Amino acid sequence: MSGKRQSAHPPYTYRDYKSSILRGPARDPVDLGELEAKQSSGAGVESRASLAGRFRPGELDHDLTRNARRGGEPLGERIVVSGRVLDESGSPIPDALIEIWQANAGGRYLHKADDHDAPIDPNFLGAGRNVTDREGRYRFLTIQPGAYPWKNHHNAWRPRHIHFSVIGESLAGRLVTQMYFPGDPLLDLDPIFHAVPAAARGRLIAHFDLGLTQPEFALGYHFDIVVAGSGATPRDDHGSGAG
Amino acid sequence: MSNEPCLLTPSQTVGPYFTLGLTPTRDETGFGPLITNEIRGDGEPITIRGKVFDGAGVPVNDAMLEIVQADGNGRLDAPEFPGFARAGTGEAADNSYTFKTVKPGPLGGDQAPYICMIVFMRGMLLHACTRIYFADESANPNDPVFSRLPADRRETLLARRVETADAVSYEFDIHMQGERETVFFSLADAI
Ligand SMILES: [Fe+2]
Repeated sequence: MSGKRQSAHPPYTYRDYKSSILRGPARDPVDLGELEAKQSSGAGVESRASLAGRFRPGELDHDLTRNARRGGEPLGERIVVSGRVLDESGSPIPDALIEIWQANAGGRYLHKADDHDAPIDPNFLGAGRNVTDREGRYRFLTIQPGAYPWKNHHNAWRPRHIHFSVIGESLAGRLVTQMYFPGDPLLDLDPIFHAVPAAARGRLIAHFDLGLTQPEFALGYHFDIVVAGSGATPRDDHGSGAG
Repeated sequence: MSNEPCLLTPSQTVGPYFTLGLTPTRDETGFGPLITNEIRGDGEPITIRGKVFDGAGVPVNDAMLEIVQADGNGRLDAPEFPGFARAGTGEAADNSYTFKTVKPGPLGGDQAPYICMIVFMRGMLLHACTRIYFADESANPNDPVFSRLPADRRETLLARRVETADAVSYEFDIHMQGERETVFFSLADAI
């Protein structure tokens, strides 16, 4: 197991997150790079496949305030969510596909499994997608999601969040995560957030950004995403590098 | 512009509602699926089908699986070949998943043909990667990865070929825990 995994990602099973107990793999994963390093057949699909630039979202897909209207506007507070997708060396990842999904302003998902007694918004789907530009930048316009209850423990509530999926150039960088909002009192009580090692938790919280905020229209939140780079190029973590 | 080293963004679970954004079926608003459970390209058309079992042996009804593969010629970069597909387990009554794809060719060297699979679900805080090898391939015993796995665990990566009059399918179940726990891989330098 690599040190990076320990420092950034949650473990497969985390006692306070009940559904992880029977669902996370129990055994340590096999280090694929180590197996491949011992042989001469060349790298496998995992390190050779390049996924960036293969997907073309529709024109309105990034605007959740418009992509599912039925004659009206979705209710709630409009927000801009924007940031960059980078690898660990700080290089932007262009053409990465970002897919998001979220609850509506009342904390309800448009999903058959969501039985929370909060109103559905007929003009809000809660799903969007976009690809990053040459500087790795993405942007969504959406509605501030509401908090919602779940059944993990008594009086359990998820902090307001937006789910993110990132498909960049390398399979090693595949990431699914959740973006949270600054100052949310529910963060302290959330086992999913707390499963992340303490030092890395803050990376999941967006920053309020007056620069992204559009006057008379929408608040702006900044959320950068850092994914593992391609395993194809061996890295030297101790070297100074040429920047 | 100099690039500062950056710290990895932690993973979080895909949760119970991922179908909304990742495998949408509705398209009345124009937001249909961008990535489907189908890959078209050169090669023998096959269906891959199976279930995902949790530690209690219960089929998981809200798992999402992604596959990445070469085409029938062992090419990852053939034009118009996405080599990528996605399927959920919540659609079918028996909680099985289905991919319609082509059988990949080997990449070269001693490698046997295989498909990479990524497993996500509510309850998983981090995804897991595995490989689907084909039980009817004679190259498996020489494959540099397959052959180096513990002998008693290799079988968890074998998909079984089932032929009917007009179709070829492979069955591949995933066991998250227990005696038959599927071999999962960590990708070098990645997670
Ligand atoms: Fe959620």
